Amino acid sequence: MRGDAGKMRPASGDPAEMDATLIAEWHDYVYLRDNPKGQIEEYWHHAGGCRSWLVVTRDTVTHEVTLVVTASEHAKPS
Amino acid sequence: MKYSVLSLIKNTLSGHRNWAPAWREPDPKPDYDVVIIGGGGHGLATAYYLAQQHGITNVAVLEKSWLGSGNVGRNTTIIRSNYQLPGNEPFYEWSMKLWENLEQDFNFNAMVSQRGVINLFHSDPQRGAFARRGNAMRMHGVDAELLTREQLRALVPFLDYDNARFPIMGALMQPRGGTVRHDAVAWGFARGADARGVDILQNCEVTGFKIDAGKIIGVETSRGFICAKKVAMVAAGHAGQVAAMAGMTLPIESHVLQAFVSESIKPYIDKVVTFGAGHFYVSQSDKGGLVFGGDIDGYNSYAQRGNLPMVEHVIEAGVAMIPGLSRVKVLRSWGGIVDMSMDGSPIIDKTPIDGLYLNCGWCYGGFKATPASGWCFAHTIATDAPHELSAAYRLDRFATGDMIDEKGMGATPNLH
Repeated sequence: MRGDAGKMRPASGDPAEMDATLIAEWHDYVYLRDNPKGQIEEYWHHAGGCRSWLVVTRDTVTHEVTLVVTASEHAKPS
Repeated sequence: MKYSVLSLIKNTLSGHRNWAPAWREPDPKPDYDVVIIGGGGHGLATAYYLAQQHGITNVAVLEKSWLGSGNVGRNTTIIRSNYQLPGNEPFYEWSMKLWENLEQDFNFNAMVSQRGVINLFHSDPQRGAFARRGNAMRMHGVDAELLTREQLRALVPFLDYDNARFPIMGALMQPRGGTVRHDAVAWGFARGADARGVDILQNCEVTGFKIDAGKIIGVETSRGFICAKKVAMVAAGHAGQVAAMAGMTLPIESHVLQAFVSESIKPYIDKVVTFGAGHFYVSQSDKGGLVFGGDIDGYNSYAQRGNLPMVEHVIEAGVAMIPGLSRVKVLRSWGGIVDMSMDGSPIIDKTPIDGLYLNCGWCYGGFKATPASGWCFAHTIATDAPHELSAAYRLDRFATGDMIDEKGMGATPNLH
């Protein structure tokens, strides 16, 4: 499991392009978490089966799972 | 009333009908100098030391449920100061020193028992790592002993020394480590703070902040608006929820950590023994139950209960370490919501909002830190500057690259 799937990787990781904005985006991406109480979308790895990366929509209070899609489906622009 | 042998005899003779409540149940006042959000161990300790060390007594502790309903009553009661890094070890050792005098200080029996904490090792590299940790501890003036297999066997003979996967080669022991009755810690700090004038407001949930021009004005609560010059957030697993009301996003994920207690058995384990390689640790309570636990379940949760895969994993590891446990029955299990920080170390700091302070990120090691956390946080609130012992626990360390990565494993919320 890799946690919060809501985070988007910053556009560039090139040290030459690092300015204050990009550094702040990386800080947000790597360290900060919305940590919701209720619905969360998170990455899970189906290690005991098809070995796909999945995005699971789950409730952090009841542990109820309401939706599972593959990570590639999740990444598609809607 | 001061608790003593005399007060016990007096109240025994009157049939225990005249004990006064240990703290008042006041209504909220319209304004306070300091409002503390969270009536757990750390919040109550903060209130206690604000009053005792800094003379600030116009203080309210806001608890959304009943006092001690959160992690202070959900942990496995272990105290220790066996850390390695300079930012951590002096802080945890100060906590240990406060534990050693706590009962006399707040006049309450917290059953502090320095029975010794033992960490097992199973390979030469692990022995090297533990020797290094023990040396770091000793250089900070903390007790640490590296035990050979035979020395360890004399102390705890019932372990599986010849386990095929994890043969036990020895252990690092901190003799001053041990256990404390956790409920009594909450009650003792609450009683001590209350006696000095602090208002403890139970069933009082914070629903919002009033902030004007970057300065805190007060808090909206389920019992009405309360004005405050300073507000301190100590909400543990709900740290992120509280901080979000002030517009902040924290480097924290909330996870569930399970703990277990067995049926009562005769005196068996007189130390705290940890089996880090298998994710299991155990001690025996004074009632005879074995108190044990392992790792966090591993997914974000606010449920205060865990799931069966971790139950199975912890019990497998326990039986691997102590085969004799296989026929002991588990009585109960429960979960606590822990605020996992991104480097395994806590945060005690000011925030970008004037008059708003933050204490969180204790991962699954918050109980042992309770007195020092309160001590340092009270200092930070009273003087508006970090205490030297907690100066490394900055909120902005993730942005500046000054993480305190005790395990050396990088940015993940499942460390320590």
